[in-house]
Amino acid sequence: MNAISTPNLDELLLQAQSDIAAAAEPRAIEALRVDLLGKKGRVTDLLKSLGGMPHEQRKAFGEQVNKVKEQLSVQLETRARAIADAELERRLASETIDVTLPGRGDTAGALHPMSRTIRRIEQIFNAMGFESVQGPEIEDDWHNFQALNIPESHPARAMQDTFYALNGARLLRTHTSPVQVRTMLDRKPPIRIICPGRVYRVDFDRTHSPMFHQVEGLYVAENVGLADLKHDLQKFLSLFFEREVEALFRPSYFPFVEPGADVHIRWGDPEKGTRWLEVLGCGVIHPNVLAAVGIDPERYTGYAFGMGVERLAMLRYGVDDLRLFFNNDLRFLEQFK
Amino acid sequence: MKLSENWLREWVNPPATAAELAHKLNMAGLECEAEPMLDVLPKGIVVGKIISTTPHPQADRLRVCEVDAGTGEVLQIVCGAANARPGILVPAALPGAVLPNGTEIGKAALRGVESSGMLCSASELGLAEKSEGLLELDPKAVPGTPIEKHLGLVDQLLVLELTPNRGDCLSIAGLARETAALYGLQMTPPRIRPAVVEPETRVNVIVDDHGGCPHYVGRVVIGLNPKARTPDWMSERLRRCGIRTIHPVVDITNYVMLELGQPMHGFDADQLKGAIRVRRAKAGEQLKLLNEQTITLDPRDLLITDDTGPLVLAGVMGGTASGCSAQTTSVFLEAACFEPVSIATSGRRHKLLSDSRYRFERGVDPALQRQALERATALVQQICGGRAGPIVEVGIAPAHVAEITLRHSQITRLLGCEIPVNRVVPLLHSLGLAVNPTGASSWKAKVPPHRYDLRIEADLVEEIGRLHGYDNIAPRAYAAELAPFSPKETQRPLDRIKDALVARGYQEVVTYSFVDPKLQAQLDPETPGVLLDNPIAETMAVMRTTIWSGLIPTWQYNRQRQQKRARLFEAGAVYALEGNGNREQAKLAGLIAGPQLPEQWGAATRPVDFFDAKADLEALFGTTLSYESGQHPALHPGRTARILRDGVAVGWLGALHPRLAEAFDISEALYLFELDWAAVRSLALPAPGGVSEFPSSRRDLAFVVDEAVAAQALVEVIREAAAPLLKTLQTFDVYRGAGLPAGRKSIAFGLIFQDYSRTLNVEEVDAVAAQVAASVQARLGGSVRE
Repeated sequence: MNAISTPNLDELLLQAQSDIAAAAEPRAIEALRVDLLGKKGRVTDLLKSLGGMPHEQRKAFGEQVNKVKEQLSVQLETRARAIADAELERRLASETIDVTLPGRGDTAGALHPMSRTIRRIEQIFNAMGFESVQGPEIEDDWHNFQALNIPESHPARAMQDTFYALNGARLLRTHTSPVQVRTMLDRKPPIRIICPGRVYRVDFDRTHSPMFHQVEGLYVAENVGLADLKHDLQKFLSLFFEREVEALFRPSYFPFVEPGADVHIRWGDPEKGTRWLEVLGCGVIHPNVLAAVGIDPERYTGYAFGMGVERLAMLRYGVDDLRLFFNNDLRFLEQFK
Repeated sequence: MKLSENWLREWVNPPATAAELAHKLNMAGLECEAEPMLDVLPKGIVVGKIISTTPHPQADRLRVCEVDAGTGEVLQIVCGAANARPGILVPAALPGAVLPNGTEIGKAALRGVESSGMLCSASELGLAEKSEGLLELDPKAVPGTPIEKHLGLVDQLLVLELTPNRGDCLSIAGLARETAALYGLQMTPPRIRPAVVEPETRVNVIVDDHGGCPHYVGRVVIGLNPKARTPDWMSERLRRCGIRTIHPVVDITNYVMLELGQPMHGFDADQLKGAIRVRRAKAGEQLKLLNEQTITLDPRDLLITDDTGPLVLAGVMGGTASGCSAQTTSVFLEAACFEPVSIATSGRRHKLLSDSRYRFERGVDPALQRQALERATALVQQICGGRAGPIVEVGIAPAHVAEITLRHSQITRLLGCEIPVNRVVPLLHSLGLAVNPTGASSWKAKVPPHRYDLRIEADLVEEIGRLHGYDNIAPRAYAAELAPFSPKETQRPLDRIKDALVARGYQEVVTYSFVDPKLQAQLDPETPGVLLDNPIAETMAVMRTTIWSGLIPTWQYNRQRQQKRARLFEAGAVYALEGNGNREQAKLAGLIAGPQLPEQWGAATRPVDFFDAKADLEALFGTTLSYESGQHPALHPGRTARILRDGVAVGWLGALHPRLAEAFDISEALYLFELDWAAVRSLALPAPGGVSEFPSSRRDLAFVVDEAVAAQALVEVIREAAAPLLKTLQTFDVYRGAGLPAGRKSIAFGLIFQDYSRTLNVEEVDAVAAQVAASVQARLGGSVRE
């Protein structure tokens, strides 16, 4: 019986440990595992040889071999993990990027401040039950003036104020009120709408643009009065500016409303002094307007209001030159991202 | 309009400061601001009388004046004014005086001559921007009187911006009426006594057009002193209201206009020939106006004429020939009521602005004329002397201009709040309305002539709301039930499309709807545009037929400001002539130019191309749109797609035509698109089928076809031949060059097959692929590239 002695086992262990330590890559570890612990491995062979040993010797030697096997197995495993970890470390190091470099591709554009402001106004009124309605911009005299109780002699109808086309047969709407007229002709009360859009007046300087934007609103039902108008506009202004806005309703005159009012808000830094700024015109719809669109003024009443979008945008964003909105200078527009 | 606070307080004196009064008027709908008449009052300036003048020994232009300034001694003051002469009274700044501009006056020697102060002009007192010579004061002024006392300089101005319906407040009387109503006070107007009629001198008046002139009164005053001078108190009041002193009669008519609201005219009676006739103009008639302008009259113009022809453009402006002058000794005073529309249109037609037009086009109290004439007569007699003739009157002054029924229920309805029934009548009374009850809570109100703006019940409701105070109407929260409206799911919201474009790098722009006709003719020569009758500029004369007419100049503007690339879009209307009218369509348009990406480290840069723009449209509209080669005048003939929706043309996509690019001085790649928004916005509701649990199979096929064969044609043939198992078709390569004959190209497709209920076997997939190849061969002459 050719038995391996304990010193030989020690030698095998030492040798194997030194081999494991020297192994530098997963393949070497795998080769050592096969050589030592594989089916035909040297340690496996030793275990197989136990069968031919005397009982006493077998037990003691067996324990020793198993211990060696255990030890090697753990060491192989540890070494394999260390190699993998080192490899991952190397890979991670090599894959490191400069995360401060800018991202690739295009950046986003922006909505024009007019769209942005109109959308904001719409969101608020939509939530209050007003539907947005659109209509033509090239209008006729009836929808833009006559139906709105604007008399023939009204200065707004002059060529100096209104753009005309087709030898006066058409005009560019001077407000979005014709959309209200069209909607009232089409629908039956209750009607609750807002009409955002482009409007035109013959005026061109630092504070006037020949084209600008309005949002007008209308609410016709039974028993709608000035008190409802006050509430709804006050609410709107506070929601729009995201703070409690102090608003003043002052009697005013527009041919299509009676009673009429304009709305002023307190503006400015309370520390430095505030002033009243006019932001809206409004009123209870004139009975002649209701009658012109076939709504019985004895049964229904309503209110109407109109606001300049540019005006609100200038206040909200602190823009002091109206022309900036229409120059379309990208360096200005991109600030609305 | 500006009015003097002191003057108003002679009529009604509310217990309020000028600022408080202004606020009260504001809250009643009369936009008003109070401002001090002078920021700084002059100090130490008194009335001085020039006793004598002698030339200055050293200076030709200076004079040495002896002045009585009420100090008990004669002062020697050196003065350079041309009008310095003995006998006149002028403001004298004594040593120690301070002018409003801060200059201190002391004793000084002017070129060797002692001067004890300074004689002042109007501008030196702060009463004018500039003035010539010394301010000459009333001959009866008392030397030594402080100038601020003599001229009443401690005053505030009420600056009014009135809405067009409140012409009744364009006077001291009107503002006083309103103030009295707001404070519950009585007015104390000056008493106007009818003149004692002396000579039987009269001018006949004939009114041809009673519609244009419903009421006319006039009278002659003779024997005026041509040397009469407008007194300081009157010229100061006129000055504060922004009116220059011209001639006593003119000043008086202006004064009455400011005081009562009645524009008047004073003719030199000796210049009138025959009767005064109020008529419309005859074609070709001309009139030389007071502003030296000669106008050719329109047959719609209302005139005051005599036998010689037109004298005055009624209610707007007088003529030179019949006006008062330094020689005038008899005057014909006119007070008339003219119809507002006629005056407004005449004024507009001839581009003439005047205080008279301003009032007449807003309306003048139709019963005011006689009172105004008597007031003017009294002032003329007071200032110029003279004897008044009888009043000639044509037409009638109405006692009331409307009778309106007012229901309490309507007040509640329109205001949305309860005004106590017993408050209504006192409020209406305060405005001068006569009110009679017609029931427990309804009335009939008679409207006095000066409130011609009150015509219907709603007008009275506004008056009540105004006097009650809009501030006192409590806001009423959401009285009505909510009426939510349904968002339309089968229409793409424009906002969502805008957001998607923004996310893809597009900047929204808003350009003018009117554009340069020359530019538009190059971009869209075939669509007839709507030309404006009165454009603001030649380059803004036609309504756009395509949004490109705005996008291209926008890009030019920005590239001139060193922008290298752009992605722009705009959503809005375009307009075109159609039949006898016009049509208007909503469009969505875009422009991309320059490099595809902003300059960056991580991607190679290349110019934008067709497929960049197309990818954007595909991202927005998916497969609802298709594209076919087309021709558009603004676009490159080989790089233009007509965009179709269900076979109908809905837009264009393409490269700017190189000829236009050159004309516009654009050298970088530029692509444009425009879509008919109404046609592309509709959207089917999603109707998804199930998802197959079985694996798919893929076959890649590359076809070699003629260049002329469009990829879309291949796609259609493949789809037809591979139906129904074909689930997805991808175009993954386009190749030209080595290995292919000239004029041929290879397009490679990935075909993915799948069945819902089973796994497809190799044989059937191969069979379909073969069928596809055969179809392409047969219909498009394409061979499979091995």
